[in-house]
Amino acid sequence: MVEALKLSLLTASLATVLCLVLGVPLAWMLARVAFPGRRLVRALITVPLVLPPVVGGIALLLALGRRGLLGGWLESTFGISLPFTTAGVVVAEAFVALPFLVISVEGALRGADTRYEEAAATLGASRWTTFTHVTLPLVAPGIAAGGVLCWARALGEFGATITFAGNYPGITQTMPLAVYQTMESGDLDGAVVLSLILLAVSVTILAALRDRWLTAP
Amino acid sequence: MKLRIMAVALALSLAGCGGTTETPAASEGVTGTVNVFAAASLTESFTTLGKQFESAHQGVTVKFNFAGSSALATQINQGAPADVFASAAPKNMQAVTDAVAPTTFVKNQLVIAVAKGNPKKIAGLSDLTGPGLKVALCAEAVPCGAAARAALDASGVKLTPVTLEQDVKAALSKVKLGEVDAALVYRTDAKASTADVDAVEFPESAKAINEYPIAVLKKAANPAGAQAFVDYVLSADGITVLTGAGFQAP
Repeated sequence: MVEALKLSLLTASLATVLCLVLGVPLAWMLARVAFPGRRLVRALITVPLVLPPVVGGIALLLALGRRGLLGGWLESTFGISLPFTTAGVVVAEAFVALPFLVISVEGALRGADTRYEEAAATLGASRWTTFTHVTLPLVAPGIAAGGVLCWARALGEFGATITFAGNYPGITQTMPLAVYQTMESGDLDGAVVLSLILLAVSVTILAALRDRWLTAP
Repeated sequence: MKLRIMAVALALSLAGCGGTTETPAASEGVTGTVNVFAAASLTESFTTLGKQFESAHQGVTVKFNFAGSSALATQINQGAPADVFASAAPKNMQAVTDAVAPTTFVKNQLVIAVAKGNPKKIAGLSDLTGPGLKVALCAEAVPCGAAARAALDASGVKLTPVTLEQDVKAALSKVKLGEVDAALVYRTDAKASTADVDAVEFPESAKAINEYPIAVLKKAANPAGAQAFVDYVLSADGITVLTGAGFQAP
């Protein structure tokens, strides 16, 4: 139980980091760069929002599984195999949680006044300096909000995880999977206890984060 | 194999039709829908039996809910509308408080399901501990998981699976997908998927034979239909289909 909770917190946090690394540049591209097929890319990124997570898990298996499009190559070239590993859980959670981050950050970027960036550029700041010193601070609340949403979604992830990463205590069995298995085995009281613990931990963390990050300055 | 099942099914359904015209009283009072909750390992054989039952009893529809026996037991105890419960082990039947006089109708035992052609040359349980070999088992709450545990304990093999699946079909699909090299599943499941997997028999499976009980439930909305379905499963026709699928008669 403790190990499932620890694993859940660890994987949700790693998935959030992964989403930040991938999602912020992606959101920036969607908001600021007019490239052909932008609508299609945006649609593809938001697909996990409407897709049943189990379908997402199947898609991940077909892409990154042992016989998947990329999975076979990953294993033969680097010896990396994602299914049934903790890294696989992180990938599944990130896949499902990414749209939450991208949508929030893209919205913040579209709402931010571009004249600040233009002013920085006319004063001789490089593109990178403008991005790190002007754009990022402007959209920081949007990134924080997206990050929290992303973390919360990753913490609750079930379908893609059990489909893609399997279910083994200590390696891939996160809290939602532990709750499910306890419930399936007929131990309803145990499942309720686990659910309450997960609920208490999530609410505490979200409340703390909200005070720290999400209130208006 | 499939042809044989189909031939048996056809013969039996014809026989069934004949039966109803001769003895209309047999199907009298049996109408409506029969909700059958059955262990995942019964998917193919019960689907066949359900079709035969429907053609033998005009106007009756059989609806199945196939899943791990432990999940089904939980659903029934939580008030799911089931008329009949067929479990893959007595333990899960006992967990259901309103099952009326369960009867054992078949037995089943485990095999090692491996990819077609057995590329990893698995010949027995001890081969499953080889380096880099990935094995899927059922979770222990599910009958196939309990049986796997019993067989592994009997053999003394210390096996660390990569995943514990919620029912036997989920474990089998991991082999079909190629995500694991082997899984302990029932002989019947491997037999139903001969196109994708090979079955490796192992002696310790004799120490872990599952008995499948079936029962009408006290709260059945359609008790007549439920009893008729259970009778059909226990009839000679029913047992023929089940043994054809690889089950052993009790």
